[in-house]
Amino acid sequence: MTTSEMPVLEVSNLSLRYLTRAGEVKAVENVSFELAQGQAMGLVGESGCGKTSIANCLMRLLPDNALLAGGQVILDGEDIIALSEDEIREYRWRRIAMVFQAAMNALDPVYRVGQQVVEAIEAHGVETTQSDARQRVARLFRLVGLDPALAERYPHEFSGGMRQRAVIAMALSCDPSVIIADEPTTALDVIVQDRILRELKGIQQQLNMAIIYISHDIAVVAEVTDRLGVMYAGRLVEYGETVDIFRSPLHPYTAALMGSFPSITGEKRPLVNLSGEPPNLIDPPPGCPFHPRCLHATDQCRTDFPPRVRRGSQWADCWHPLGDDASNSDQQGVA
Amino acid sequence: MQSAQSPTRSLGPETLVSVSGLTRLFPVGRGLFRRTTSFIHAVDDVSFDLDRGDSLGLVGESGCGKTTVGKLLVKLLEPTSGEVLFRLPGLAPEEGQPGDYLAASAITSRQMRAFRRRAQMIFQDPYESMNPRRTIYDTIAEPLAVQGIGTVMDRVDLVSEILMLVGLTPPATFLFRHPHELSGGQRQRVAIARALVVEPSFVVADEPTSMLDVSSRTGIMNLMQQLAHGLGIAYLYVTHDLAVARYMCHRIAVMYLGKIVEIGETEELLRNPLHPYTRALLSAVPVPDPQNRRDPPDIRGDLTAPIDPPGRCRFYDRCPLATDHCRDNPHPPTVEKAPDHWAACYVV
Repeated sequence: MTTSEMPVLEVSNLSLRYLTRAGEVKAVENVSFELAQGQAMGLVGESGCGKTSIANCLMRLLPDNALLAGGQVILDGEDIIALSEDEIREYRWRRIAMVFQAAMNALDPVYRVGQQVVEAIEAHGVETTQSDARQRVARLFRLVGLDPALAERYPHEFSGGMRQRAVIAMALSCDPSVIIADEPTTALDVIVQDRILRELKGIQQQLNMAIIYISHDIAVVAEVTDRLGVMYAGRLVEYGETVDIFRSPLHPYTAALMGSFPSITGEKRPLVNLSGEPPNLIDPPPGCPFHPRCLHATDQCRTDFPPRVRRGSQWADCWHPLGDDASNSDQQGVA
Repeated sequence: MQSAQSPTRSLGPETLVSVSGLTRLFPVGRGLFRRTTSFIHAVDDVSFDLDRGDSLGLVGESGCGKTTVGKLLVKLLEPTSGEVLFRLPGLAPEEGQPGDYLAASAITSRQMRAFRRRAQMIFQDPYESMNPRRTIYDTIAEPLAVQGIGTVMDRVDLVSEILMLVGLTPPATFLFRHPHELSGGQRQRVAIARALVVEPSFVVADEPTSMLDVSSRTGIMNLMQQLAHGLGIAYLYVTHDLAVARYMCHRIAVMYLGKIVEIGETEELLRNPLHPYTRALLSAVPVPDPQNRRDPPDIRGDLTAPIDPPGRCRFYDRCPLATDHCRDNPHPPTVEKAPDHWAACYVV
């Protein structure tokens, strides 16, 4: 793992609201993290926790009712929140690109797959002639493990795994500094998932790219990331090196999330049953957002926002962080 | 130890469902004037038994035929050949049939309602499997009305009782809500309540947790286990997720392109996988431990559709162990390789 000192991406105090008829949804609240070149970071959490909203902020692909309520996103030294719509087009795909969740929807069914990548390359002025662009597509296809001859085919002729590879090729087409992979393998079978993840990891290391994996599957992030952010109710509640978080999570939510995943290896153990539902983000609970579901919650947790505790590479926002060897046994009793 | 027969144990007193040689073909590209010449072998010569209180996990990749098996078992589809025998309360075989088992093919239209009561299905998507205009009460009371169970007044009590059982409490606060007012986990609880309210003997659950978040998933899995245990229900649990199958099922059957390639007790099968496909599948599952280094699964090529497959082993083209014997012989028989652990492979 080669990491340079200067971060390619610095997100600080990012907050995002969605204005809905029911009220203001606090989708992302005060999120900060850094990403260095060559690093792979994971963002995990349940649906609605804000992980895809963060991706959409970074891509500046926000719906009309979204409001950036504060914060900075510095990419290669430039604050992209301040960029105009025209400037954004220069930046999107060239500096940061995204591998979307549903590969079928990301490809236009009536155009040949190669042509779609060619268009992305030309639209962003990476190559100026058709033949250069086509050569680039062939290189990209080989990089993601697709036969360049497949560029002449249509999306429906591709299997799910091939489509996902084509979408990865498209994301790589303009040499971005950062790639966001939003649930890149969720719809795929395990054997294809295994191949795509190995491919993506190999490419990331070969090109020394920074990558953000967004996933609900903690086993996937355990295998492909070196940094991990755990999200709950729009907030990053724990962050650190993946190895450290898995060895000994600080936040009770992280422990519960890990403990609720069944595994096929090791002894069969009872699963953690996180009772209750994530909070309504229009009117989030006071104090720690996790307190209604937390076994360790005290009166303080119900009224005051928790302080940031640090241990080694890790931090978590919690009044009662878990001890070094508590790991995930604390929430285990519930199952 | 080795005996070439199907993995159907002898029909014991506890056997509820016995499947033998179940096959379902789907025609490919049938047009108005075109004669059908090709078939997808969605389910091909599948055999297994399900005991009272038993749970069998049917696992495999998309397109392997696992959902088709589930639909055949509850008669949402009819088999091309093969037979399913049921021993369900209220479903006595008609005159002239041997034993106390009723063959699926012999169920008359008069018996269908009684059959539906005893064989239920829970679907994958709690957002799609419920009428959005109906209240939770209507949704759960409908099967009771169809089955003629209880009076209208009784049904309010029965629905409240089952809501308590599936953890939607207090029931009064749920009865007159609509599906859109519930979370995904709560909706799946309603789907389970609807399936169980008529007291089925066996339930086919088709990926009931794959649309749910982790936190509601554990609750649903625990609930289904408790209910299966408490009510003595037999489950066929269709899933692509081996870890979920491990958690939910006593036994696991692995399907590949319409065939069960391996079947056995869950921990034995996971500890000692025999079939090269099972081994590949197991080794492809990500492990939630960043320090674990997994070797790539030993499997060649890509998944294809079983359209008019050649007679040899279905896994031959992708198998790392394939020999000339595998190429020149028919699909291997399912053989007991260890006690109650069966696999269809010439090599292992």
